[in-house]
Amino acid sequence: MATLNTRNTARIMMAPSVILLLVWMIVPLAMTLYFSTLRYNLLSPGTGFVGFMNYEFFLTDPAFFDALFNTLYLVGGALLISVVGGIFLALLLDQPFWGRGIVRLLAIAPFFVMPTVSALVWKNMFMNPVSGLFAFIATSLGLQPIEFLEEIPLTSITLIVGWQWLPFATLILLTSLQSLDSEQREAAEMDGAGPVSRFVYIILPHMARAITVVILIETIFLLSIFAEILVTTNGGPGTATTNLTYLVYVQALLQFDVGGASAGGIVAVVLANIVALFLVRIVGKNIEA
Amino acid sequence: MARAISTRRKIVFTIIAWTVGFLIFFPILWTVLTSFKTEAEAIASPPSLLFFEWTLENYVEVQQRSDYFRFFFNSVIISFGSTILGLIVAIPAAWAMAFSPTPQTKNILMWMLSTKMLPAVGVLVPIYLIFRDWGLLDTRIGLTIVLMLINLPIIVWMLFTYFKEIPGEILEASRMDGAALRDEIIHVLVPMAVPGIASTLLLNIILAWNEAFWTLNLTAANAAPLTAFIASYSSPEGLFYAKLSAASTLAIAPILVLGWLSQRQLVRGLTFGAVK
Repeated sequence: MATLNTRNTARIMMAPSVILLLVWMIVPLAMTLYFSTLRYNLLSPGTGFVGFMNYEFFLTDPAFFDALFNTLYLVGGALLISVVGGIFLALLLDQPFWGRGIVRLLAIAPFFVMPTVSALVWKNMFMNPVSGLFAFIATSLGLQPIEFLEEIPLTSITLIVGWQWLPFATLILLTSLQSLDSEQREAAEMDGAGPVSRFVYIILPHMARAITVVILIETIFLLSIFAEILVTTNGGPGTATTNLTYLVYVQALLQFDVGGASAGGIVAVVLANIVALFLVRIVGKNIEA
Repeated sequence: MARAISTRRKIVFTIIAWTVGFLIFFPILWTVLTSFKTEAEAIASPPSLLFFEWTLENYVEVQQRSDYFRFFFNSVIISFGSTILGLIVAIPAAWAMAFSPTPQTKNILMWMLSTKMLPAVGVLVPIYLIFRDWGLLDTRIGLTIVLMLINLPIIVWMLFTYFKEIPGEILEASRMDGAALRDEIIHVLVPMAVPGIASTLLLNIILAWNEAFWTLNLTAANAAPLTAFIASYSSPEGLFYAKLSAASTLAIAPILVLGWLSQRQLVRGLTFGAVK
């Protein structure tokens, strides 16, 4: 009898969270699905059912392929920077040296900088081809300054995003590294294993799970990069820096094409879900609820 | 001999680590320094790192010209409001899941996690239209609700992993000692739950403060928080480096401090307990 009571209490305690999330997930998503089958533009009156036409337009639009490529480039590039850099940094911060705590604070700081600030600071004060710091360094070395956001816009944004996410990877990989049994490392050292083989055979396998978690979580956030693009390039030049999120934003809030944007939104949801599936499996293995 | 080598090794690593740390931090340091320069000095070539005339005029001007504190106030209301609302909803849920788990608890947790993976653009159109029709566009309350909902899964998860660590036997022991329910809550549960709740609060304030999809798309002038305020510097005011820097410094300083305080919890919160 008592258990029955606790069980009901537990249900009542969970209800608000579950109901809120259920509504938040299902209602807008159902609306997006519904809109995606309509001819519906806020600027022209009248709506009508068009079946899969919006999907057809969205998926055959050259801008979609650009956006898909840009999304993959941005996610892949930022992952490469943050994961490879993060492994290196975690190994470095794990060494004994003076002022570890302070260096650690310095290295994780970029994560707390809001996206609009980091994008604008990099764009203006570092990447500006006339008065930016990189231009100054280039000219002092006798080189031609690069017009970052004109010549290599997508790579520039990838660099900014990589800088923002480097601390996240570092912090998680460092946490994982510090949970490595030091006896195991010492034993390998005594057996004459060099730093490289120690890294490949002991440290890397130990960090494998943390690396997977970093990649999956970052991918979810990186698929939705928006503010950095908005304040630096507005998706341009042309569609050079338009990712899927930005493309849907343009269709929805600049062109008021509710139907088309909804179809794009659903495409983004499907892509994100493929990634999510993997993450849920990995995290799910590690809780004993 | 061994000691000499390890000291030398330590010196080498100290130099490398400090150099790398400095380089990563440099854009932030440069922003803070530039905020104390005059506009002319900010774009001077060669740029000076420390030897310039320090001034506070940019801070004064940012406040006077654009009413900085209104945006700051919006950020505070939205990030604290959404986090506290989220905690009120999530604490009972996490509590129930941690102390009276049922066979479905794990599934519910995983499902909550999956809602976090719904990309924002998937629901941008309906949320925008609902907000427009209900008059919630550009209101603090509307944004607070949205941020509460997008962070709710993280809040539940973090609290769950913390509450999970409170040993259930302690409750039984205090009950055996004849503690009344009220005493049990005040003297046993609250002290053990507070650190976890505080960590959750801190991390979620940071996340809400820096959220830059909904805050940019659902606000205009009234409810705009600092993310949107800084975005307004994208052109042409962005070319006034000193003012951009002053505004940026003010926007990131409070959260940077909070972030440094909560760096441990960050790992746990953002990996949903998968890495501790």
